[in-house]
Amino acid sequence: MAASPADLSAALVLSPVPPADWFVVLPPAWCLLAGSVLLMLRKKRRLQPLLAIPALALLVLFDALLFAHVLENGPVTMVMGRWLPPFGIAFTADLTGALFALAGGLVALAGGIYALTDIDGEGRRYGFYPFLLLLMAGVSGAFLTGDIFNLYVWFEVLLIASFGLLVLGSERRQIDGAIKYAFLNLVATTLFLIATGYLYGIFGTLNMADIALKAAAAREWLPLMTLAALYVLAFGMKAAAFPVNFWLPASYHTPRIVVSALFAALLTKVGIYAMMRVMMTLFPLEREELSLLIAAAGAATMILGALGALAQSDLRRLLGYAVISGIGVMLAGVSLGSPGGLGGAIFYALHSMIVMTGLYLAAGVAGRLAGTFDLNGAGGLHQRSALFSGLSLMLFFAVSSLPPFSGFWPKVMVVKAALDIGAWWLAAAILLAGFLTTIAFGRVYLLAYWRPAGAGRPAGDGRIPASAMLPIAAFAALALLFGLLPEPLLAVAQSAARGLIDPAAYIRSVFPGVT
Amino acid sequence: MTELLFVILIGLFFAAAVYLMLSKFLVRVLLGVVLLGNAVNLLLFTAGRILREVPPIIPAGHDVPVALTANPLPQALILTAIVISFSFFAFLLVLVYRAYQDLGTDDANEMRVAEPENTPGPPTGY
Repeated sequence: MAASPADLSAALVLSPVPPADWFVVLPPAWCLLAGSVLLMLRKKRRLQPLLAIPALALLVLFDALLFAHVLENGPVTMVMGRWLPPFGIAFTADLTGALFALAGGLVALAGGIYALTDIDGEGRRYGFYPFLLLLMAGVSGAFLTGDIFNLYVWFEVLLIASFGLLVLGSERRQIDGAIKYAFLNLVATTLFLIATGYLYGIFGTLNMADIALKAAAAREWLPLMTLAALYVLAFGMKAAAFPVNFWLPASYHTPRIVVSALFAALLTKVGIYAMMRVMMTLFPLEREELSLLIAAAGAATMILGALGALAQSDLRRLLGYAVISGIGVMLAGVSLGSPGGLGGAIFYALHSMIVMTGLYLAAGVAGRLAGTFDLNGAGGLHQRSALFSGLSLMLFFAVSSLPPFSGFWPKVMVVKAALDIGAWWLAAAILLAGFLTTIAFGRVYLLAYWRPAGAGRPAGDGRIPASAMLPIAAFAALALLFGLLPEPLLAVAQSAARGLIDPAAYIRSVFPGVT
Repeated sequence: MTELLFVILIGLFFAAAVYLMLSKFLVRVLLGVVLLGNAVNLLLFTAGRILREVPPIIPAGHDVPVALTANPLPQALILTAIVISFSFFAFLLVLVYRAYQDLGTDDANEMRVAEPENTPGPPTGY
């Protein structure tokens, strides 16, 4: 029974890892490395952005190389410590994960540039850039890991980094927001851990490809439905799905505007990504059973989010509700589960990452120019800068999903997928939410931008720094580009969705012998 | 049999944690968080099956364990979870203390700085 010491090939990967496969672990590893170096240089305020922005640019480069590699060769797997899966922790990047990681890297780079002026010396000394890099380590790790307990650990890494970013500055309202954010998110990740504990108890393995294989073989007698429902609740809470979304509007408007932008772009999308990965790869049949529940939650999320946006007078709180409304569309896509619906959800998530970042950054500039975030007092932004007004209008069109901007096509895909299976009410909810969002943002433009700056309204700083203008212009341009030329991204999103629906290639990349 | 006892214990932990976390006073919620973390750790431990108390050490000259040993993986998972839940508890403890200092209350219902009551809606006219 004792294997001879020479026969290690049953347990270890003996051939050297191909250099291209290192890109799978490079994004989180690089972020951890750069983050810890920045942490050591915490007191060198001038040096921080000089190191952090090139580090983030390199992260985007690594993510882009990984994306190109995955696009060319299909899912890529690398195991830690050369232990064969399922014994070693596997990092597996498929098209969905690589796409999300690339978009996340772009958002972080934009945030790092915007923070040049938004985060003052005090914020830098409190460690904005180290926290940003550690947040990106968690986000990239969550997008690229192939092990479900490892996914939990990355969730916690990004959560603790987000706590640090949220209380940066320690204002009273930040502490108030952070209390609600911290407790409710901790409950959500604990639910995730509970579900993972049961999952381990049932399958005895934590590798997602291994679980997918074992679940397919023994579906009848395992209590998978309970598990799937627990995962839907945990990830729904992370993604801010109604009715477990109240931590988001309570906290997202309190931190610095660049932190809000990063949160809005990254954190809820990690929840959506995890829901796609777990529900599509591990529990496809259970997802079908739960699809009505997910669809109803999605419809309620998008409509109540849009109504919440309509009711707000503070621009930052309004944007928080716009984030929630977008999550509803993605949930609708997940509930449909067809290549069109899921592809639409992936496309919409990427669109939302880009546009919500741009919107929050634009709101920061608008607040600085107008001297207030309150729609009752703001005005005259168009007079101050027509260019900024035009860029904001592009982003407003994009978030309202109007053509020719990036939000239009994914909504078309999801609506068509909903009508294909006869879920007319879901399609109607998506269109109604889009209509309400259009009104909300039309009103923002009318009041804060178009309305002349009246007497008695506060006036802010008149200058727009280039470090703020550059990311806003870049993301508005991206929104226009994907609106005018949607075919490449559409094809990639659909192919990513097909990879989620039929995870054979994903499983084969972890276990090459399995057909 | 041991497993049944553990399951009942975990149920009690969860019940107490949920009860405490439903309180509006943050100190009780904090205690609930501690209990919740420990409930999950016990759950992970039980999910990995409670086997004999033989440490998973492979004797010299063998490549695999000779007898049935305890499952080491849940212990690694729990160790990770303990570290995480402890660091979160430390952070939350400081956060609640700061909130008590700055906001002057530990009643979550009275914490309305970020979302003030009776804020005026957006203007209805131009």
